Amino acid sequence: MSCSDQTGLDAELLAFGRQSGPTVRAVHDQFHGDLLEVSMGPQHPSTHGVFRMVATLDGEQIVKLKPVFGYLHRNHEKIAENTTYLGSMPYTDRLDYLCSMTTNWAYALAVEKLSGQAVPDRAQYLRIIMGELTRLVNHSCLVGFLFNDLGTSFTPLLYAFREREKILDLFESLSGSRMMCNYQRFGGCRVDPSPAWLAAARALVDNFPRFLDEYERMLTGNEIMLARTQGVGRLDPAHAVNAGLTGPVLRASGVDYDIRKVDGYGFYPRFDFRVPLGAHGDTYDRYMMRILEMRESVKILQQAFKDLPAGPIMDPKAKIRGFRPKPGEAYGRIEGPKGELGFYLISDGSPNPYRYRVRPPSLINLTLLEEMCLGHTIADSVVILGSIDIVLGEVDR
Amino acid sequence: METIEQIRDRLVARFPAARVELVTNPGPAAEHSLLLDAAHAHDLAVFLRDDPALRLDYCSNVTGVDWPDKEITDVTKTTVPDPAGGQPKIVEQKTTRLQPGCLEVVYHLYSMALKHGPVIIRLRTANRSDQVTLPSLTPVWRACDFQEREVYDLYGIVFSRHPDLRRILMWDEFKDHPMRKDYVEPDDYEWEPTAHGAVAEKHKAHLPPPAATPEAKP
Repeated sequence: MSCSDQTGLDAELLAFGRQSGPTVRAVHDQFHGDLLEVSMGPQHPSTHGVFRMVATLDGEQIVKLKPVFGYLHRNHEKIAENTTYLGSMPYTDRLDYLCSMTTNWAYALAVEKLSGQAVPDRAQYLRIIMGELTRLVNHSCLVGFLFNDLGTSFTPLLYAFREREKILDLFESLSGSRMMCNYQRFGGCRVDPSPAWLAAARALVDNFPRFLDEYERMLTGNEIMLARTQGVGRLDPAHAVNAGLTGPVLRASGVDYDIRKVDGYGFYPRFDFRVPLGAHGDTYDRYMMRILEMRESVKILQQAFKDLPAGPIMDPKAKIRGFRPKPGEAYGRIEGPKGELGFYLISDGSPNPYRYRVRPPSLINLTLLEEMCLGHTIADSVVILGSIDIVLGEVDR
Repeated sequence: METIEQIRDRLVARFPAARVELVTNPGPAAEHSLLLDAAHAHDLAVFLRDDPALRLDYCSNVTGVDWPDKEITDVTKTTVPDPAGGQPKIVEQKTTRLQPGCLEVVYHLYSMALKHGPVIIRLRTANRSDQVTLPSLTPVWRACDFQEREVYDLYGIVFSRHPDLRRILMWDEFKDHPMRKDYVEPDDYEWEPTAHGAVAEKHKAHLPPPAATPEAKP
């Protein structure tokens, strides 16, 4: 270190740590002004999978950040184009492996739109029940993982896993698998739940607000949490809309766009629920969106259990074998727990789709990751990434 | 929302030089789309985004579709009178012609402000081999950024004016475009200790040519 102006250095050292913001900013060494490139991931526990961020640092501040994907790429779309329509239904489970029920639903919805298939009432209710239970699983785990990224080693996550296991037990007893449910079919659902299953699910949902209260009492007002998340990773609504962000990330910026309300797919128009909106678009708002959406999901589930009609769960006209939709194309989309999950299908009249495209919300929500992280530290970028909620099975496909 | 025909008419009235075609969708979904002129695509897209009645501010889905060259057989029937005075004969003449293929990008546009949609627009390249450049719509909708990179990666459509056109899912050194219909997957990644069947056949192609076998002694 070569510094001739000794008094100036003393003054700097005295001021050191008294300003807010990043403290370790190299000023008085020979590396002053040099940028440091840090490759974070793909093997890093806080990138939620095999995801890499190439961050360029000035001192401790991020001045550039490029996400790198593709480590889990297996060309799901090509595989699906080489198999039958029903053949790729189990494979959609593996896209977003935390929320297989909603991924199944989006695919079933797109194929039903492509082939003009109707769905009976009971199946529509069952889909909403499964979809909202999945939302509870996803959001409670996301909050747990977000706190992991904040440094609370595993305690909030294990509280979330306790509740998640109860829901996964229900999924397992119904579909045979905890996470890879493979539950939806074109024109209905695969298994009809028994009255005992419904009673157990109802009891779980009735008890869920108690868990949420406990969870919020532990986390929401936490001082470290507030200091680390409020004002971090701000996102303004105009940019968010232009960048195609969807789901809780978009609504945290105050844009009222929920596909359950806008498209009214399934039987959602029959349900009474509200869409929570944020005001600041920071990490804290994105956390609160998840908590509030879980409370709304509980309301939807309680209405669904109350109104669940009797009847068939599959449309009797639905064709299972030799399923060949007429030539045409369709884009079906749902409000998945992570955002707009869409499937774009082109049929040429053969048993395989001519074009099969997944519109992954996780990938597109990462578009503005750089803008959100600029000016923050690496530690904050981990929290911002955690609040976006990505699953690499879906990002890379 | 206006129908797709009304949108097309307004686009044609506003941009008389641009070619806008309606592509009908025969399926039950009946989501028709507009095929835009690549040369004017950027201006048309800005109009669709900023027009107060449409305000398609949200580009949801961007995807590529590969349409390879297609051989179409036309059958023409001609009636030849029988010179002997019997029944006239019907002669079928088959001609095959090659319908040139193209690469296509499909954009699904919605409006978050007015909550309507989708309006589907398409762009097509001139062919599949050398004229594969299309204008990027990333300057209009940032949402196209990663998705156009994916189309470039998997289909090989080059987007001009894209800010950062690199491969996104495949590694940078990869040569081909795997989502094309005529893509042949490499066969040198499979290894079996005792190769047999199809794997052995593929394996043979990578072996050095066999040395000349000595002629059998008489």
